[in-house]
Amino acid sequence: MKHMKEEELIAYRERVAEQRAAISEHLAACEQCRVELERIEAVLAALDTLPVPDPGADYGRQVWKEIAPRLEEKRGRWWRVWLEPRRLAAAGAVMALIIAAFVAGRFIPRDKAPDNIVNKELVRERVLVVAVGEHLGHSERMLIELSNEAPNDPKQKEVDISAEQRRAEDLLQENRLYRQTALQEGDAGLASVLDELERVLLDVAHSPGEVTPAQLETIRKKIEVRGILFKVRVVSKELQQRQEATKPAPAQDESTKRERNKV
Amino acid sequence: MNRMQPSADSTQAIADSDAIAVERTLAGDRDAYRVLVERHSHNVFRLAYRMTGNRHDAEEVVQEAFLRGYQKLGQFAARANFGTWVYRIAANYAIDRMRQRQKEESRREAPRVGDPDGMENDPLNRVKDEAPTPERLTQSIELQKQMEQALAALSDAERTAFVMRHWEGCGIEEIAEVLKSNSNATKNTVFRAVQKLRHALQPLVETRAQARAMGTES
Repeated sequence: MKHMKEEELIAYRERVAEQRAAISEHLAACEQCRVELERIEAVLAALDTLPVPDPGADYGRQVWKEIAPRLEEKRGRWWRVWLEPRRLAAAGAVMALIIAAFVAGRFIPRDKAPDNIVNKELVRERVLVVAVGEHLGHSERMLIELSNEAPNDPKQKEVDISAEQRRAEDLLQENRLYRQTALQEGDAGLASVLDELERVLLDVAHSPGEVTPAQLETIRKKIEVRGILFKVRVVSKELQQRQEATKPAPAQDESTKRERNKV
Repeated sequence: MNRMQPSADSTQAIADSDAIAVERTLAGDRDAYRVLVERHSHNVFRLAYRMTGNRHDAEEVVQEAFLRGYQKLGQFAARANFGTWVYRIAANYAIDRMRQRQKEESRREAPRVGDPDGMENDPLNRVKDEAPTPERLTQSIELQKQMEQALAALSDAERTAFVMRHWEGCGIEEIAEVLKSNSNATKNTVFRAVQKLRHALQPLVETRAQARAMGTES
């Protein structure tokens, strides 16, 4: 009987052998090769006892602490995030916002300068108010659904929150955009609520798709402690009122315009 | 001893979540990179420790791997697995670090110093049913020293191939990429590594096994 070479036995042991089945067959029939393989395995088993120190449960956090100050800000790639297919809807909303502002600017006559500026601002605010209002509505619904999640069966070890998690990921992107816009517009109150909402969305987005009832309870408590649902409702109500206030006045008819031109 | 093998679903979930964190980092959200660092630090540390053989160098490799990963993130293919990618960066840097260390040591002409951390987890202490007599303790320390020396005596490529294949369960293609080699040459490198370790350690391992068998019989 032709015995296995050391090379073949090592390749077999390390699972890189191409003829695994043939070697297995041979080993079953050949005691000499089996003993040889056991001797190789004994050395590898001894090596397996070489310890690797445990760097500690918070090692990842320590590494981040060390490297974070050395990381440069990444700039100019912000658009990448909007090219993801599932974010195209959000990107579409943003585009609609820009186009609406542009169209509003084009169609407000230039000869009425003071009114024009006021109108432009009103239109822009209205667009933002409507968009943020919708965003808050979606966020509220997602958080309520997440809070109502529960195991179907008391024995169930994990609850599937992957749908809420994916929605939180999408909402997170929109939220950042609206928060930045609110800050630019000098609306600190709205920016602050959006900032708090962002933290909650971040927690949900970073949660595993399936959580234990205990983990779900922790998420629920975080939502409750921050009182985010209440704040979102209050801001939504305020936005509705602002929406009413910024509604455009009824269009003037031609006769009114002619009268004004005469003056 | 291999890399933990999570279920296919959880692997996919981690990969998806990693992909989102990568996108956000590229979009300028530096904090998103934190998720990746915290998630993969332990695995990268284990690889780095096994390759470099000491904690200090391993920690340096981990930090450098994540720093380089951040700088090169633009080159990261969206469909790739971030864990595997940063693992490769760490393995490459560990090879550089080992070479650097060898140069430093040959300059100093000092013998290789064993890692004090390893002593805390002496292999002997893992055997629950036998008390660590002074003789067994000596044997165990001697075996550990020999194993460390045998690993240190491997070439950088052999050690990398052995660590990545035997302990980390990496695929041959993945190892070949780190070694900038092809599959067949990488398989041969794994073989040479095991062969050298075997020849260096087998007498000691068998003597110890015999002594243990006699001790059990008496």
